[in-house]
Amino acid sequence: MIDLTLFPDGGTGWLDASGEASDVVLSTRVRLARNVEGYAFTGRARDGERLRVLGQLRDAMPRVPSLAHGVLLRVDELGVPDRQLLHERHLISKELAGLEGALPVRSGAALVLADTVSVMVNEEDHLRLQAMRSGFDAAGAYALAARLDTELGTQVPFAWHDEFGFLTACPTNTGTGMRASVLIHLPGLVLTKEIAKVLAGLQQMGLTYRGLYGEGSEVVGNFFQISNQTTLGRSEEELLEHLTRVVRHVVEREEEARRILLRDAGYIIEDKLWRAYGTLRYARSLTFDEAMNFLSGVRLAVSLKLMRSPTVYTLNKLLIHCQAAHVAQFDGRAALTDGDASVARARYVRETLAAEAGTHG
Amino acid sequence: MVCDSCRERDAVVHLTQIVDGTVAQVHLCERCAADKGVETTVAAPKTPLAGLLQSVQQQLVASQTDQVRCAFCQSTYKDFRASGRLGCARCYGTFEASLRDLLRRVHGSTRHAGRRYDPPAPEAMQRVSTVLELREQLRRAIETEQFEQAARLRDALREVGG
Repeated sequence: MIDLTLFPDGGTGWLDASGEASDVVLSTRVRLARNVEGYAFTGRARDGERLRVLGQLRDAMPRVPSLAHGVLLRVDELGVPDRQLLHERHLISKELAGLEGALPVRSGAALVLADTVSVMVNEEDHLRLQAMRSGFDAAGAYALAARLDTELGTQVPFAWHDEFGFLTACPTNTGTGMRASVLIHLPGLVLTKEIAKVLAGLQQMGLTYRGLYGEGSEVVGNFFQISNQTTLGRSEEELLEHLTRVVRHVVEREEEARRILLRDAGYIIEDKLWRAYGTLRYARSLTFDEAMNFLSGVRLAVSLKLMRSPTVYTLNKLLIHCQAAHVAQFDGRAALTDGDASVARARYVRETLAAEAGTHG
Repeated sequence: MVCDSCRERDAVVHLTQIVDGTVAQVHLCERCAADKGVETTVAAPKTPLAGLLQSVQQQLVASQTDQVRCAFCQSTYKDFRASGRLGCARCYGTFEASLRDLLRRVHGSTRHAGRRYDPPAPEAMQRVSTVLELREQLRRAIETEQFEQAARLRDALREVGG
C-alpha cells in the first residue's frame, strides 16, 4: 500500500474545517481542464502519446512554482486498493483510477500532488488542474488554480482557439474549462422536505448537483456537490460570482430549515441526533450507508451546538475513513468482505469517537 | 439542431451553399426546405440535370455529417456522437459548423469570455519534449499528406536542433 502520509497533508488539507460556513460547506474545489497542443486527446491518444504528455509535465514541474515541491504518482503502476484509496480521498476521479466498469487504468495515468494544488494527468483531458479549499471559498480556490494555470501554460502549450477558448475533449467543458463545485451538507432541507424545490431551483439557475463522488454517484448522508453547468460565454469570475451567490442562498435556506426544525420539533430532533451519536459510539457493525447517515446526524447536532464534540474536523476525517479502501487499510488487509468491512468500520468509528470524547463522555 | 429558417422545428436537411465564393452551411426543417424548393424526398429525378444535382446534394449531406475525417486524429463526427468526446483539438476546426451549433445549445454562447491565452512559442521552450512533439506532428503530417505543414515542422525541428 502507498503511504499517503508522505504527501503534503496526505492530500486532505481541505478537511481541516477552516473557512467560511465550514459546518455546512465542507470544501470548495475548482478544476481547470487543459489539453496539451500537438497530441490527440486522451481517449484517442496512443500509449506513446499519453506517456509523452506525462513526460512533458514532469519536465516542466521544476519550472512551475506551484508544483515545484509536488510528488508525481504513476496511477497506472498502482494496484486497485491504492487507486481506490486515492479516489476516496477525492484526489483522482473514478475514471483516472480505472475503477469505472470494465475500463482498465490507462497507461500514463498519473497524479501530481503539491501543497495546495494537484494535477490529474491523462484523465478525459490531458491535464486537470485542481485546487481545493476547506469551507466555502470559491475565490480562494480559483486563485490557486489560476496561478498554476498561468505558470504551467508558459511551459506547456495548451490547446486553444481564439473564439472557443480552451479546447476540451467534451464540448460541455469548452471555453474556461472550469468546473467550480462545493461539497455541501443539507440535512435541514432534507428533513423539512424542501430539498426537491431547492435542487430544481439550482437547475433553473444554470447549476447542477451530484452526490458525494461526482458524476452519477448517489446522494448519501445528505451530502451534495453543487457546481456550474456551463463553461463558455461567461468569464471565470462571472461563473464563480454566480455560484457563490446561489450557494450562499442555499446555505441561508439550510440554516432557516434548521431553525424551524429546532423550534417545531426540538426534542424529537435532539433525540434522533443523540441516537445517531450513540449508535456510532457503540455499534459493532456499520455499513457505509449507515455510517454516512449517522455521521450526517452528528454533524447536524454539532452545528446546532447540541453536542460539543466531536469536532467538525474529526467528522470530516471519518467521512473519508469510513470508505471501503480506507477501512481495509485500517484493518491491515488489502480487501475485505462486506461483513468484515462493516465490523472494521464500526471499530474505527468507535475508537475515533472514544479518543475524541475523552472528558466529554 | 434547429431549423435556420423557422427556428422552431428540428433541421433535417443540411445544405452547403457557395455564395460569392463563400461556403455557408444551411440547416432546414422539412417544411421550410420544401417551401424553398429543396427536394427532400429521394424521388426519381425528373431530368438528368435534376438527378445530378440531387446526387451532389446527397453527397454533400453525407460527407458533411459522417464521412469527414479529422486530418490529425482520424475521428469522424459519428465517433464523437458515439463517445461524446472529440478526438483532438483539430476536431474543433474539422466539425466547426456542427460543434458551433452544439456549443450554442449547451452553453448559450460560442464565444469564450474568460481568461485569454498565448501559447508559448515552440522555439522558446528549448526542451527535448518539444523535439519529440514536433517529430510526432511531422510524422502525422506526412501520414496524412499535409506536406506544407510537414515542411514547416521540419524547419521548426531544425531550429530547435532536433
